[in-house]
Amino acid sequence: MSGAAVTAEVGLAERVAPPRSVEELDSVVIRFVGDSGDGMQLTGTGFSRAIAKAGHDFATHPDYPSEIRAPTGTLFGVSGYQIQFASRQVFTSGDAPDVLVAMNPAALKTNLSDVKPGGIIIANSGAFTDNNLAKASYTVSPLTDGSLGAYRAYQIDISGLTAQALKDSGLSKKDIGRCKNFYALGLMLSLYSRPLEKEEEDIRQKFAKKPEVAEANVLALRAGYAYADATEMFITSYRVRTADIPSGTYRSLTGNHATALGCVAASELSGVPLFLGSYPITPATDILHELSALKHFNVTTFQAEDEIAGICSAVGAAYGGVLGMTTTSGPGMALKTEALGLAVMLELPLVIVNVQRGGPSTGLPTKIEQSDLLQAIYGRNGECPIPVIAANSPADCFDCAIEAFRIAVKYMTPVILLTDGGIGNAAEPWRIPDPASLPKLEVKFRTDPEGFQAYARDANLARPWVRPGTPGLEHRVGGLEKDFLTGNISHDPVNHQRMVEVRAAKVDGIAADIPPLQVEGPAEGDLLIVGWGSTYGSIVQAREQAVAEGRSVAHVHLRHLNPFPPDLGDILKRYRKVLVPEMNLGQLSRLLRERYFIDVAKLSKVQGRPFKVSEIYDRIVEVCNEVSK
Amino acid sequence: MNAVVALTKKDFETDQDVRWCPGCGDYAVLSQVQKLMPSLGIPRENFAFISGIGCSSRFPYYMETYGMHSIHGRAPAVASGLKLARPEMSVWVVTGDGDALAIGGNHFIHAMRRNIGLKIILLNNRIYGLTKGQFSPTSQMGMKTKTTPQGSIDRPFSPVAVALGAGATFVARTVDTDLTHMAGVLRRAAEHQGTAFVEVFQNCIVFNDGAFDAITDKSVRDDARLMLEHGKPLLYGKERNKGIRLRGLEPEAVTLGEDGVTEADLVVHDEKAEHSGLAFFLSQFDAPKLPVPLGVFRAVNMPSYEEMNGRQHENALERRGRGDLASLFNSGDTWTID
Repeated sequence: MSGAAVTAEVGLAERVAPPRSVEELDSVVIRFVGDSGDGMQLTGTGFSRAIAKAGHDFATHPDYPSEIRAPTGTLFGVSGYQIQFASRQVFTSGDAPDVLVAMNPAALKTNLSDVKPGGIIIANSGAFTDNNLAKASYTVSPLTDGSLGAYRAYQIDISGLTAQALKDSGLSKKDIGRCKNFYALGLMLSLYSRPLEKEEEDIRQKFAKKPEVAEANVLALRAGYAYADATEMFITSYRVRTADIPSGTYRSLTGNHATALGCVAASELSGVPLFLGSYPITPATDILHELSALKHFNVTTFQAEDEIAGICSAVGAAYGGVLGMTTTSGPGMALKTEALGLAVMLELPLVIVNVQRGGPSTGLPTKIEQSDLLQAIYGRNGECPIPVIAANSPADCFDCAIEAFRIAVKYMTPVILLTDGGIGNAAEPWRIPDPASLPKLEVKFRTDPEGFQAYARDANLARPWVRPGTPGLEHRVGGLEKDFLTGNISHDPVNHQRMVEVRAAKVDGIAADIPPLQVEGPAEGDLLIVGWGSTYGSIVQAREQAVAEGRSVAHVHLRHLNPFPPDLGDILKRYRKVLVPEMNLGQLSRLLRERYFIDVAKLSKVQGRPFKVSEIYDRIVEVCNEVSK
Repeated sequence: MNAVVALTKKDFETDQDVRWCPGCGDYAVLSQVQKLMPSLGIPRENFAFISGIGCSSRFPYYMETYGMHSIHGRAPAVASGLKLARPEMSVWVVTGDGDALAIGGNHFIHAMRRNIGLKIILLNNRIYGLTKGQFSPTSQMGMKTKTTPQGSIDRPFSPVAVALGAGATFVARTVDTDLTHMAGVLRRAAEHQGTAFVEVFQNCIVFNDGAFDAITDKSVRDDARLMLEHGKPLLYGKERNKGIRLRGLEPEAVTLGEDGVTEADLVVHDEKAEHSGLAFFLSQFDAPKLPVPLGVFRAVNMPSYEEMNGRQHENALERRGRGDLASLFNSGDTWTID
């Protein structure tokens, strides 16, 4: 059936179809695309839920425009959601879709070139009207001009079939139109042999306040499912074996949600309340949403008047003796810069989460990039060291949030946690930990007035943390340089140098507290890939591919970026070449060169999209070939 | 609490040298605040003074309380975080006309909009002192400064009017030379629930000396200032024979006994009026056409931000019980792999 586009008639659902053959697959990549108001994110998350419950590992990549509801049918209004699930561990949302579900011509036009040759295209033919074709700059319908010849293309009038299924629902035409994403979900669940019941439950839960809408969505879902079951157009259905993943209880979690949970965990583990001061900004706002709903924990959230007030309120809270934090993305981070300097001077624990997005300036608000690394490490006036860590996957955000607070309270310092819009919004299965297995966070407040000096330091060079309200410890702090011991204002030249050096030494000293790096692959050899952040999955898979072909390639992924882990220098020296793939023009490369005097091969991508496995793989081959010359 | 009763002004003085210029109006404010503190029945360790940048913002270093000299304009934001995290603390913000109204305008208005329990003292000297003499958002038009050699073309605004526009529930004005009046106003501010805003006319002896002479000079001040008293008619003047009456919505200075004007014709001050119209109307008074009001413009009771926030936490606890990590982690859709 490859090659020809197949046209389906409306109303086939009642017919009894011949039993479909079942094809076993190792992994599948599906991309749902439609208008930004079409509910594609909902369809995608619904599908990933069903997939997760079937015991698959999966990874997702939501890709949506920054307009909330761009004019319908336009090329720039297309919103997508990609999921890869497999019978093995999944690290990325996949390079190229095996299946593209395109809800309108614009969605098809903007995504077609990504689809694997021979891949499946399910096009909502009902939306391929003259008007929509024109908006997508098609002069002839791609469904009829043979341009889909290289794919297995199915035309299904999802709009029309949904309308027909819901004609007695009593809903308006507009509301019926909104149900078509569930029809598409039904189609896909059938095609991939997933049961419906659980999804129906979820729909009823999600739309509990609008039962008529819930029922309509359930009907649309069933109709789509029945259609795929009954028609002859899908002669094969697909089954992906379940993945061999560790036993335990799982849930699907996005990186932003995981960050929020990690911060609550830090509060519970330390027994110190949490305060989030934040200003809404894409793609970080979900952390604020999540924490705002947790007032039955020791959690206070404050939607501030701007980014600066977000961090300043958190500084004030930290001075008040609670775990202060702020969340933001690039432009907001720029605005917080001066207050970061203040936090460094005050030597108070504070966690700043930067969910990176494409920059500079407003840049690409909803797209992925890793270009704020140098800003995090250096971007302040004065000698202003701040520890920086980065999460490598949605679930890793949880552990990193706890690690950020651990460093912050132990060393009395602000800590920057870098995630990005990719892992912030993407979901993956999270193996739910037993809270008792989490590390304890020890926080000691100074209460003894005897011999108290506000800037006297412990073995970690950390100064004491005092809760205002403690008698006899009244003291003042501020952004002016202070005396080495008392913390009073000091303009003494020698004291200033001493303070600058001790602040630097304190942050450098954290290196001793970083566990040994885990190197994947040979302990020495041709090539070491050094990664950080969300490039993790693509690097893992690209390396596996290269190793399978007999290449000598290792991978180390950095969580701690300032200071670097103490064993990194030695590890780098054991390979003939070092490759750093990153979604910027070479920021970690620059840091490694500067610090370790080594040559670094770069792989840069700044397209608002994550690395494809193949892109990294190709570069590995290229660099390996250079090495063996 | 015996220790609290025993506290004196001295207990609120630090060992730090006060570094304002000799003759600066800030000394008077510092002294009045230090005097007020022991009388409020609050343990010393429960006070915090937060400031931004500028001459006025050195204030916390001279108060033997908890305190922070933060960054330019941001004190209300820092203080809001502290107050929310520790509502039992008495949190004071000391700021200036540049700090609060130029670089920090946004935080200033939003603190008052929320009615969060901060006591904000704005030392208004109508000039930038620490940067050595540039005009500020309250400098008079035409004023020659280092950045306005031909005279300022910036229109000033009234901090009181800004505060009222932002919905402040307590707004007052006093002056650095009238210690009794200042003490009274500061006490009222300290006792107010929610944001209390006090503008202090403060003389900068170096860069804007004499800016408030018209209302501080004993020989002329009684005709140039209007002392606000709740429930009393707007009367002023050396002879207490001048007053303010309304012509439509226009205020008019009148003299009792002239043209048949009696006290009954005068506007009566009502600081508790729900509507802030009267207070706003007063905030527009300026010499020489109209006397400059001093005292409490507005003092109304509204729930404070921290109080409402606390209530939401209590409600959440009542409804959902104290949160625990295991059930939080396991909420939502879960599945088990054997």
